[in-house]
Amino acid sequence: MDYFQLFLELAQSTVRLSTPLILAALAGLFTERAGVFDIGLEGKMLGGAFAAGCVAFVAQSAMAGLLAAVVVSVLLSLVHGFASITQRGNQIVSGVAINFIVAGSTVILGEAWFRQGGRTPALAEGARFQVIQLPFAEELRGVPLLGPIYADLISGHQALTYLAFLMVPASWWILYRTRFGLRLRAVGENPGAVDTAGISVIWMRYRAVICCGILCGIAGAYLSLAANAGWTKGMTAGKGYIALAALIFAKWKPVPVMFACLLFGFLDAFAIRYQSTPLPLIGKVPVQLMQALPYILTVILLAGFIGKAIPPRAGGVPYVKER
Amino acid sequence: MGELAIELKGIDKSFGLVHANKDINLKVRKGTIHGIIGENGAGKSTLMSILYGFYQADRGEILVDGRAIDIRDPNTAITAGIGMVHQHFMLVENFTVLENVMLGAEESWILNAGISKARAELKRLEREYALDVNPDAVIEELPVGLQQRVEILKALYRKADILILDEPTGVLTPAEADHLFRILEQLKAQGKTIILITHKLREIMAITDEVSVMRRGEMVATRETAKTSVEELAELMVGRRVLLRVEKGEAHPGDVKLSVKNLTVRDSRGVTMVDDVSFELRAGEIVGIAGVAGNGQSELLEAISGIRRAVSGNVHLGGEAIDVTGHADPAELRRRGLAHVPEDRHHVGLVLKFEESENAILGYHDDPKYRKGFVLDIDAIRADAEANIQKYDIRPPNARLKTANFSGGNQQKIVLAREMERDPDVLIIGQPTRGVDVGAIEFIHKRIIEMRDQGKAVLLVSVELDEIRALSDRILVMFAGRVVGERKPDASEGDLGLLMAGVEGPKEAAE
Repeated sequence: MDYFQLFLELAQSTVRLSTPLILAALAGLFTERAGVFDIGLEGKMLGGAFAAGCVAFVAQSAMAGLLAAVVVSVLLSLVHGFASITQRGNQIVSGVAINFIVAGSTVILGEAWFRQGGRTPALAEGARFQVIQLPFAEELRGVPLLGPIYADLISGHQALTYLAFLMVPASWWILYRTRFGLRLRAVGENPGAVDTAGISVIWMRYRAVICCGILCGIAGAYLSLAANAGWTKGMTAGKGYIALAALIFAKWKPVPVMFACLLFGFLDAFAIRYQSTPLPLIGKVPVQLMQALPYILTVILLAGFIGKAIPPRAGGVPYVKER
Repeated sequence: MGELAIELKGIDKSFGLVHANKDINLKVRKGTIHGIIGENGAGKSTLMSILYGFYQADRGEILVDGRAIDIRDPNTAITAGIGMVHQHFMLVENFTVLENVMLGAEESWILNAGISKARAELKRLEREYALDVNPDAVIEELPVGLQQRVEILKALYRKADILILDEPTGVLTPAEADHLFRILEQLKAQGKTIILITHKLREIMAITDEVSVMRRGEMVATRETAKTSVEELAELMVGRRVLLRVEKGEAHPGDVKLSVKNLTVRDSRGVTMVDDVSFELRAGEIVGIAGVAGNGQSELLEAISGIRRAVSGNVHLGGEAIDVTGHADPAELRRRGLAHVPEDRHHVGLVLKFEESENAILGYHDDPKYRKGFVLDIDAIRADAEANIQKYDIRPPNARLKTANFSGGNQQKIVLAREMERDPDVLIIGQPTRGVDVGAIEFIHKRIIEMRDQGKAVLLVSVELDEIRALSDRILVMFAGRVVGERKPDASEGDLGLLMAGVEGPKEAAE
């Protein structure tokens, strides 16, 4: 039973830690499948988290915070869109620029507005997302095996976590079962085909970029309103890049994206759980090594363990019609 | 005269300095197959792209079924009943046939509703026009012939009444081309209007009702196919141009410097571009390769100069074999005395962002005379570049200027100077005067003759027939990857034109 308990603990924190990764990776999925590479997931998430922290504190409402996060993140997406779609700029440079601008400006604005040294004021319970207990969670806890799984693993997360996992099949459905998805995928593979079919390539790509902004905003709000009680500087801590790695690892497909994010989430959970506990056979492992584990795995996986990841063919290339 | 499906009035279009279409007028009658013929770069594709709304004309009017329509984008064209099969297919390669056909015409925002309808419609089109394709096949796994069929299906699915086909047989095998023609006949029988763009005279004669000839951006003539001949069309297409006169003495051919035997080259799609070509090139002669662009000349040059791997064949340079099917190395070939002026100076011949002097040593940068220890000897490089600038009259005379800032003619001189001044035994030149002004043309031609008189072996490829005739001592004509004939430079234009069009002799032309 000890091991079962341990499994439940790890699984539950895996789910929590994977949530922002899933949202961000799906965000990347939408723009990259449309042919706009986005290294700025990190910045958009951080901007969203900051906006959520500020507005939720001022309005004392989690929903207001979420809305603010989405608005800010979409605006940042549109900046990226303007640079890379309309102005045909370099998509990597634009993305990196957004990351830097957000990392710097959030600290300055946060300090100017709240004077708490790189953080927004701690949020009261009402201004955060609450843990949702699914019906009968307590009643069913007694049922062997399935009871605790239901009560502790499936039940007991915040609304945004459920939303993130729901977004996985939803994204799949949008991409593969709707007109919007068909055109979005086409524009990332051969924009010429989309153009000659009488569809605006520019408008398609902008819509994809907006989808990305919405999801990144939600991921940011999760960080400051659900996983934590407010924004702290640099709180995304590379999650945008990990999400990007997961996206590549999953070969730009929604369901594999979820599994890739769960894997990275698990490594994170594992590192936190065992950072000071001696492991059998190995003994005590330095904390730093445990924390580095997800990143080391990223490098190893991307360096060849996943087979050939073929990105969308028109990815990163601005569309130019006139010769 | 029947009703007009399409009428173009005074269409004019420029891309920067290139005047692609000059005041074009065209009438296409309903229910006919109308051919538009002309050499590459004559402006056919541009004109059709304007009709399809892919480009906008600078001036002019388009009438569809007698009504003036402002075609601003492909959507307007599609709504007006115009469909286009592009030369480079506009297909999403990892989508299925069905997805490609539906793209842009999905019926509703959820795909499922449209899918069954599209399937039924594809079935119907398949029956009606013998256009069978598996709707669930993925495009990239289909042969090109079938991919093209998908393009036609796309247009028909959108209820096109007027179908434009841009060089449709370029990628097809003869059998596939025949099948395509049967499909076109069928479409015509159903009342569709077809515009066929091609540079192949044989196709025009075989299938069209009327034919319009374009030359250098102008519409020069329209004929009823039954009342014209291959000879007349060939002449209209190539045109009687001002003959370029070059002072040239008798050639004194010496030893064989380059011999090509049974060379076969395929492109990345597996289409055979050079088909069993053999010839010899001697010291002190210029051999010109004539042909309409896209008949394998480029691939032949690339294979000989070591840029493209050949499938089979032997090439000997000065008696020693070149490993054309394996690892022929352009740098190694340069050291062995083969200089190459590539056809496309912008993408292959020069790095436009480099300074003139840097481009002047491109490919020869390993030469010890440009080296000073570990680093390049910039002074030596600049001195050399400046000497060439003097000798070739490259303007402006500034070795430190970015190459992009030189005119086309001067850029070409930079490449020529680089390759000619290495004292090669064999000089391979592709399109020596493409995009070059008249003054520079004369200079370049003189230099080429001088090289020959110094005993160099020169292989010249050009789509400008006049240039080939003015410079060559022998002319080889390429068509569909094969050398279809050899002529003296005084052969008549009509004769060469027929060879270039793949018409083997007068007998076949009469058929």
